[in-house]
Amino acid sequence: MATEAHDTGGASGYIVHHLTPLSTGEGFWTVHLDTLFFSGFLGAFFLFWFHLAASRATSGVPGGLQNFAEMLVEFVDTQVKDSFHGKSALIAPLALTIFVWVFLMNFMDLFPVDLLPWLGSMMGLEYLRVVPTTDLNATFAMSISVFILIIFYSIKIKGVIGFGKELAFQPFGPWLLPFNLLLKVVEEIAKPISLGLRLFGNLYAGELIFMLIALLPWWGQWLLSFPWALFHILIITLQAFIFMVLTIVYLSMAHEDH
Amino acid sequence: MSINATLIGQMITFMLLVWFTMKYIWPPLIDALEERKKKIAEGLAAAERGQSDMRLAEKRAQGVIKEAKSQAADIVGMAQKRASEIVEDSKGDARTEGDRLVAAAQAEIEHEVQQVRDGLRQEVSELALAAAEQILQKEVDRQVHAEVIKSVSDRLGKS
Repeated sequence: MATEAHDTGGASGYIVHHLTPLSTGEGFWTVHLDTLFFSGFLGAFFLFWFHLAASRATSGVPGGLQNFAEMLVEFVDTQVKDSFHGKSALIAPLALTIFVWVFLMNFMDLFPVDLLPWLGSMMGLEYLRVVPTTDLNATFAMSISVFILIIFYSIKIKGVIGFGKELAFQPFGPWLLPFNLLLKVVEEIAKPISLGLRLFGNLYAGELIFMLIALLPWWGQWLLSFPWALFHILIITLQAFIFMVLTIVYLSMAHEDH
Repeated sequence: MSINATLIGQMITFMLLVWFTMKYIWPPLIDALEERKKKIAEGLAAAERGQSDMRLAEKRAQGVIKEAKSQAADIVGMAQKRASEIVEDSKGDARTEGDRLVAAAQAEIEHEVQQVRDGLRQEVSELALAAAEQILQKEVDRQVHAEVIKSVSDRLGKS
C-alpha cells in the first residue's frame, strides 16, 4: 500500500487508511494480522456453532440450531449432488465450509465501515481492515487450495498419464499438441485466478462504495448506505454461493474421466 | 494489494476449517438427516400398511356380516317352516281327536240305544207274560212253558 498517502488526509487519505491492513513483517513475509484474525475468528465462530449443532444432532425433532445447520447442510448437499455424481467425503464438507466461511467474512462488510476501525484505534491499532475477503491473500488462499485439490483429484482419478493426456490431446487431438497444452494450462490456471479475483473484486468494490458513502455529509448517508447495504446482503450471499458452486463444479470436472 | 505470507496463513486456516468440518460437523448432521429421512419413509410405509390392513379387515368384516345375515335368514326360514309344521301337526291332531270324540259319542249313543232296546224288550216280554198269565191263569205253568216264553222273547229280541 502507499503508506505515505494517508498522511495527506482528506477523502483519499480516509479511503487509503481504511484499505491499509494491520500488518507486520517485511517484503513477502508481511502478515496481515487483521485478515488472519477476522478470518480465523469467523472460522472458529462457524465451527463452534456447527459443531454444537452436530454434537446434538438427533434424527428426532430438531431444535432451532440443528434446524438451521441442517438447512444449510441440505442446501449444500443438494448443490453437490446436482453437479457432482461421484462419491467423495471431501467435496460436500468443503463446499459447506466455503459457503459459510465466505459468507461470514463477507458479512463483516455490513458492519459500519468506521465502527470496528474506531474500536481498534481505541485499542491502539493504527489500521484495521475488517473484511478478510477484501484481502487478495484470503481469497487466493481458498482458490489456490481448491486449485491444489483440482490437480490432486485430476491425477488421483485419471492418473498422471491420463491427466497428461487430457492436457495434451484435448480439445483438438494429438496433432495440435502444443496448442492444446497451452489452452488447457490457461484454462486450469484461470480457475483459481477467476475464483479468487471474483470474490475479492466484488467485496473490495462493495467496501469501497461504503467508504465513499461514508464521505458524504452525515444527513445524506442513509439515503445511499441503506439501499446499498440491502443490495449488499444479496451480493455477499451470492458471492459465497458462486464460490461454493464453482468449487463443486471444478472438482467434479476433475473427477470426470473423458 | 500484495500477495504475501498472509496467503500461507489463510491457507492453513482454510485447511483446518475444512478438515474439522469434514471430520466433526458434516457426518453427524448428514447422518441425522438420512436417519430422519429413513424414519419418515418407514412411518409412511407403516401408515400405508395400516391402511391396507384396515381395508382387509373391513372386507373380512363385511364377509362375516354377510354370512351372519344369510345364516339368520336360514334360521328364520327354518323356524317358519317348523312353526307351520307344528300348526299343521296340531291341526291333524285336533282333527283325529275330534273324530275320536265323535266316534266315542256315537258308540255311547248306540250302546244306550241297545240298552234301552233291551230294557224295552224285557218290559214287553214281561208285559206279555203278565198278560198271558192274566189270560191263561192256571193253564200256564211257568216251569213247563218256560221254553215257549223264551223262544217268544228271543223272537222279540230279534225284531
